[in-house]
Amino acid sequence: MSKPRIAFFDFASCEGCQLTVVNLEEALLDVLQHVEIVSFREAMKEHSDDYDIAFIEGSCTRASDEERLKKIRGNAKIVVAIGACATMGGINALKNTRPLETVRKEVYGDKWELFDTYRARGVDEVITVDYKVNGCPMTQSEFVKVVKALLTATTPDIPTYPICVECKQNGNVCVFEKGETCVGPITRAGCGACCVNEGAVCWGCRGLIDDPNVDAHKEVMEKYGLTVDELKNKLNLYFTNANLTK
Amino acid sequence: MANANLNIDLHYVTRVEGHGNIVVNAKDGKLEKVQWQVPEAPRYFEAMVIGQKWDVLHHITSRICGICSIGHTLASLKTTEAAMGITISEQSQLLRRLAINAENLQSHTLHVGYLALPDLVGAGSVIPLASSHPDEVALVIRLHRLSNEMSDMICGRTTHPQRLIPGGFTKVPTAEELKTLRTRLDDGFADVDAFGNLLVALAPNFPNFTRETEYISITDKNEYAFYDGELCSSLGDTAPITDYLAWTNEFIVPQSTAKYTKRKRDSLMVGALARFNNNHTQLLPKAAAWAKKLGLIAPCYNPYYNNVAQFVEVVHNIEDSIIQIDKLLAAGIKDEKPDVTPKAGHGIGTVEVPRGILHHDYTYDDKGVCTKANCIIPTNQNHNNIQKDMEALVPTILDKPQAEVELILEMLVRAYDPCISCSTHYLKVNFKNS
Repeated sequence: MSKPRIAFFDFASCEGCQLTVVNLEEALLDVLQHVEIVSFREAMKEHSDDYDIAFIEGSCTRASDEERLKKIRGNAKIVVAIGACATMGGINALKNTRPLETVRKEVYGDKWELFDTYRARGVDEVITVDYKVNGCPMTQSEFVKVVKALLTATTPDIPTYPICVECKQNGNVCVFEKGETCVGPITRAGCGACCVNEGAVCWGCRGLIDDPNVDAHKEVMEKYGLTVDELKNKLNLYFTNANLTK
Repeated sequence: MANANLNIDLHYVTRVEGHGNIVVNAKDGKLEKVQWQVPEAPRYFEAMVIGQKWDVLHHITSRICGICSIGHTLASLKTTEAAMGITISEQSQLLRRLAINAENLQSHTLHVGYLALPDLVGAGSVIPLASSHPDEVALVIRLHRLSNEMSDMICGRTTHPQRLIPGGFTKVPTAEELKTLRTRLDDGFADVDAFGNLLVALAPNFPNFTRETEYISITDKNEYAFYDGELCSSLGDTAPITDYLAWTNEFIVPQSTAKYTKRKRDSLMVGALARFNNNHTQLLPKAAAWAKKLGLIAPCYNPYYNNVAQFVEVVHNIEDSIIQIDKLLAAGIKDEKPDVTPKAGHGIGTVEVPRGILHHDYTYDDKGVCTKANCIIPTNQNHNNIQKDMEALVPTILDKPQAEVELILEMLVRAYDPCISCSTHYLKVNFKNS
C-alpha cells in the first residue's frame, strides 16, 4: 500500500502549530516512515497538489482565503483543522469584537482600504472539516493521536469533559482558590491542563466542551465573589465566535 | 551575455515563516521589475489588544509569532512593567536571560539547520537530508530538542510560554533542574563543534554579494545585548529606546501588507548580522573563536552571512546560559510571587529576538486596560532592505540561468530568516504625512 500523501497549509496564524509538528523532533522521523509529506511551505521547497490529507493552520480572514480553502478541500480526501485559529478563529477573532472599519483604520490609517479583511473565522465556517486538533498551539499529543487514527482508520478519542477533570487529577490548586479567574470549567480537556500546571490559568484555547454548563461556571464565580465582568476578558480571548450567553 | 528574458514569479517563497513572493521581469536584457512582495493576511493585533487587561496582553501578543513567542512575551512584559513602574527581581532578570537564550537557540538552530542548510547541499528540504546526511540531521535535531527542553523548563512551554508574567514568573525551575540543564548545555558544545565544522565546509556556497546598509540593534556596555540595552546604529550613534519611532519611521507600500522602515539610509537591517556588526567585541570566547573560523569579520556587509552570524550566536547563547545558570545557583533559587497593582501609564519595551530588534509600546488606563498599542517587528524593518538588496543584486546575476537566479534570490530572502506573519501582525501606524 502506498503511503498517504499529506500536505500542510496555513492562513492567518502565527505558524506555531506547524512549529509544533517540527518540534516532534526525532518522532517526526518516525511519522515520516508512514506518510509522505508532499507540501509544507514552511519547511520544504517541493510542492504537489496531489495529496490525501490536508492539515490547515490559521483562520480565514478575507474573501480571497475562501478560494484557496475550497481548492484544498477539492484536492484532499480528508481535511484536518489544526490549532485554535483554524478550529474556531482563535486569537484572531478578538478583532471581531470591535467594528471592522475602526480596526482597519487603527492599523493602516488612511490606507486601510488597501488591505482586505473580514470577520476572522475558523475554516469550518467555509469548508467541511473532518477532524480538529485543538489548542493554541495545538496540543502535540492530540496531533499524534489524530494522525495515528487517520492511518489506522479509527476514530480519535477526544475528551468531551472540561479541563477541570485533568487539572484536579494533577493535584493543582484551583485557580479560583488563588483569587484568579479561569475558563477551565467550560473548556475541552485534552491538554492535561498544561497552562495551570505551569502556574498560569486556563485561557480556553481548546474551545468549548460540547455542552458547556455556563450557569455552573457562573455559580463558581459567585462562590468566589467574582463578577462576570472580571471573567469577561478571559471569555473573550477564545470564545468570541462561540456566542456564549452573556 | 544577459538573459534576453527573465520572468520570475515565485509565488510564496518556501522554507520561510509566512508568505512572500519574488517577482523579477527582464525583457530584451533590460531589467523591468524587481519586487519583494508580502501578501500575508494582516491580523490587526494592535486593534485586538485595545480594551484588553494588562494580565492578558502578553498572552495575546505572544500569538503574533509561534517561533518568537517567548521574545514577544518578554517585550510585552517589559512594556507593561515600564508602563506600571513594576520592578522585577534579580532572579527574574537572570531567568529571562535564559528564556531569551533558549528561544534564540531554538530559532537559529531551526533556521540554519532545517531551513537554510538544504540550499547549501542542493536539497529541497531537510527531509531527504535525513537519509543523505543522517549524522548532520541528527545533531541539528539534538540541538533543537535541547533548546526546546530548555524553553519548557524555564518558560513552561516552548511555543506560547506560560510561566512568564508581569512582575516575574508563576513558577521557577529547581536547582536540580538547572544543574541538569547546565550539564546538557555543556555537552551540547560537541554538537555545536560538529555543526560549525559543517558550516566551515559549506560557507563557500553562500553567494558573494555585499551591500553596505545601516545595521541597527540594541547595545549594552556589560554584555552582547539581547534582553536590555539602548538603540545602536552601525553609523555610530546610540539613543534611548524611547526614541524607537525615529529609528523605524514606518511607511506603507502597496505590494506589502507589512510596513517598511528606514532611517539614515535607503533601508536598514536588523537581526543576527546587525547585532554582530554592532556588538561583536562582546561575544563570549567560544562564539568569537567560531566567528573567526567561519570568516565572519565585522563589519560584514554580505546579507547571506546572517546565517553564519546566527550560528555564532547559537554558540554565544549556550555560553551565556551557563553563566546565567551559575549565577542563579550561586544565589539559590527562591519561590517568588509577583505582586502587581495595575495603574495608568505608558511604557515601551525593547528586546532582541532571533530576527532582530523588537519594540512594543502600550498605554494603560487606571484600571490596567490597554487604550493604545504599537509593535514594531524585526522582519518589518528588514523588508525594505530585502527589496534594496534585490535591486542591487539582480543586475549582477542577469547572465545566469533563470533557475539559478531564482535560487540566489530565494536564498537571499531565507538569509534574513523572515518571520512574515509577524511582520503583518504588527500593530499601529503613524502616518507622518499624506
